[in-house]
Amino acid sequence: MSQRTGAPLVELRDIRVAFGGVHAVAGVTVDLWPGEVVGLVGGNGAGKTTLIKTLSGAHPADSGTILIDGEPVSITSPRDAKALGVETIYQTLALADNVDASANVFFGRELTTRFGNLDDSAMEDATRKLMNRLNPKFQNFVAPVSSLSGGQRQSVAIARAVHFNARILIMDEPTAALGPAETNQVRDLIRQLQQEGLGIFLISHDIHDLFDLSDRISVMLQGRLVGTVNKEDVTVDEVLAMIILGKKPDEVTKKDLADLH
Amino acid sequence: MADTDVSAAGPAQQAQAPERDEPEPRSLRAALRSAEIDSRLAGMLVALAIIWVVFQIITPGHTFLTPRNLWNLSVQSSVVAIMATGMVLIIVTRNIDLSVGAAMAAVGMAMAVVQHDWLPKWIGFDHPMTWIIVVVLGLVLGAALGAFQGAIVAYIGVPSFIVTLGGFLVWRGVAWWMASGQTIAPMDSNFRLLGGGADGTVGGTWSWILGVVACAGIVLLQFIKRRQRIRYGFRLRPMWAEITLGAVACGAVLVAIWFLNRYYLPSALVERRGEPAGTNISLGLAYPVLIAIGVGIVMTFIATRRRFGRYVYGIGGNPEAAALAGIKTKRTIVKTFALMGLLVGLAAAVQIARLNAAVSSLGTGMELNVIAATVIGGTSFTGGVGTIAGALLGAVIMQSLISGMVLMGIEAPLQDIVVGIVLVLAVTLDTLVRRRAVR
Repeated sequence: MSQRTGAPLVELRDIRVAFGGVHAVAGVTVDLWPGEVVGLVGGNGAGKTTLIKTLSGAHPADSGTILIDGEPVSITSPRDAKALGVETIYQTLALADNVDASANVFFGRELTTRFGNLDDSAMEDATRKLMNRLNPKFQNFVAPVSSLSGGQRQSVAIARAVHFNARILIMDEPTAALGPAETNQVRDLIRQLQQEGLGIFLISHDIHDLFDLSDRISVMLQGRLVGTVNKEDVTVDEVLAMIILGKKPDEVTKKDLADLH
Repeated sequence: MADTDVSAAGPAQQAQAPERDEPEPRSLRAALRSAEIDSRLAGMLVALAIIWVVFQIITPGHTFLTPRNLWNLSVQSSVVAIMATGMVLIIVTRNIDLSVGAAMAAVGMAMAVVQHDWLPKWIGFDHPMTWIIVVVLGLVLGAALGAFQGAIVAYIGVPSFIVTLGGFLVWRGVAWWMASGQTIAPMDSNFRLLGGGADGTVGGTWSWILGVVACAGIVLLQFIKRRQRIRYGFRLRPMWAEITLGAVACGAVLVAIWFLNRYYLPSALVERRGEPAGTNISLGLAYPVLIAIGVGIVMTFIATRRRFGRYVYGIGGNPEAAALAGIKTKRTIVKTFALMGLLVGLAAAVQIARLNAAVSSLGTGMELNVIAATVIGGTSFTGGVGTIAGALLGAVIMQSLISGMVLMGIEAPLQDIVVGIVLVLAVTLDTLVRRRAVR
């Protein structure tokens, strides 16, 4: 599905993050190619979100290198990340609840008139067009987003991420708060964005979601990378063994697999 | 990839077609909604109207709704109103500024000392430039003082309650220390006009001109907004609502001017101006009122049409989200405090001009009036919610209560009890209504 020529779109090399004495991320290396979805899995506290925050600029790494298109880059703030085409959809959605959808979509990147005043009409118009594509049922453009449903709020967060020509998308549990219909909608969208050539890091607890959407799966345990596998090469049980036991498929015994059930 | 395939999407085209005006709504509530009237603001206007009518009925001699009383009310509301507009932005970002009363004293005292003791030595007494120099100094000083407090709040992370509580003590002490507790008077004669009074007004004719200009502005704004919406094919406010709203707004402005213009210069002053005794000379709008209205317009513009304002509300709604969106939240917080300080400087100028003196007890307790006006005006302590217009109305509502009770001869402690109850009642009502409205 993805084109593997030249340099990967993103490479996180030997990333380390410590909180006090705790190594939340202890030397992890992962990469992502254009048009590829890489699933990031692991139990609670495995370090997935912390790892991804080094790329989104929310929490810079203590050490390690981030390369985009093979070039080392410095990401110390969300602003840096966005300038490099990295957009993030946080698990909490990170919406300002008290303002409307278009204010959220353009939050921090408002359209202005030539006098520097906010061009609310232009922003609402762009948001309407965007929403027609992402979630045609979305109609409430004037209410604060606190009054929207979970799925609608998710749409706003996604709209914000895809509107600004993102090349790299980070999705942290994008379907955790959604109903079945809305989950399917998000899945369709992920596939669509993938075909448009975006690279997507997908964090999810839902192993079936991951198998459905990812090309490769990277498993983390206690701040370390257990391994990265091609989806075609492994079974669900083998990935579960990686998540729980920290063993790669070739290290897992039949007894281990039996114990999992 | 963002906009590439939008043109191919069918529904997008559909949404582009301008929708028709809504049909006549059946209920009042639906009418308000389709007219896009802020129901909270409308509710406050109704509350204000009720307060006025009730006071008119119960005051001895029915003296509340007289040109004289409303003219005084307008001037008395100004100082609190000016500062309340700044307090909105502070409270919206989940902060508080307890220092505004004391800061007003410090800045006011500095302005008084400069125009009373320093400037006469350098450029002479009552120099025409004096008032400009003094006002600019007050604004700069106020903004610097606010920015300083804001920087401690934003960059070091000390709670604003503590920082400004410190400021509350410090600035009051500074005000005393600047003149060793003495009263400084009188003020420069041009500067004094800022405080209103018999000479500090624009007069009847100019009041009418300003009223007509305001009406033209209202209609122009409506026209621009409607044209914008037609351009993008958004749902339009129904024509009946557009016309009613414009007519009501313009009518209110013109009626207010007409009413206030019936307050005439006292006869003793008429003769001093060389006019024949018995001539009716309208005082017209006072400068403090014009300043407060101007501040309200500028602050509304900043809050709703500028990035800074958008960030202020965004930070108030979700500070974390604002930071993740790449907004410089700390700098924005400092700016809100600096802006508050600037308005404190302006309010201090009006206040010392009105008193024609500066004392170190200037603005004692004013911080609580400002916060109360802001909160009565619908600004929420949970952050992210509040309007400038609401705060202005809140200031007028509070001053109306006080003015009415003074006319009735109610003693000060009892006035405090009433204002306190109204404050809590207003927020209680707002909380209940909002709980019903959201989910």
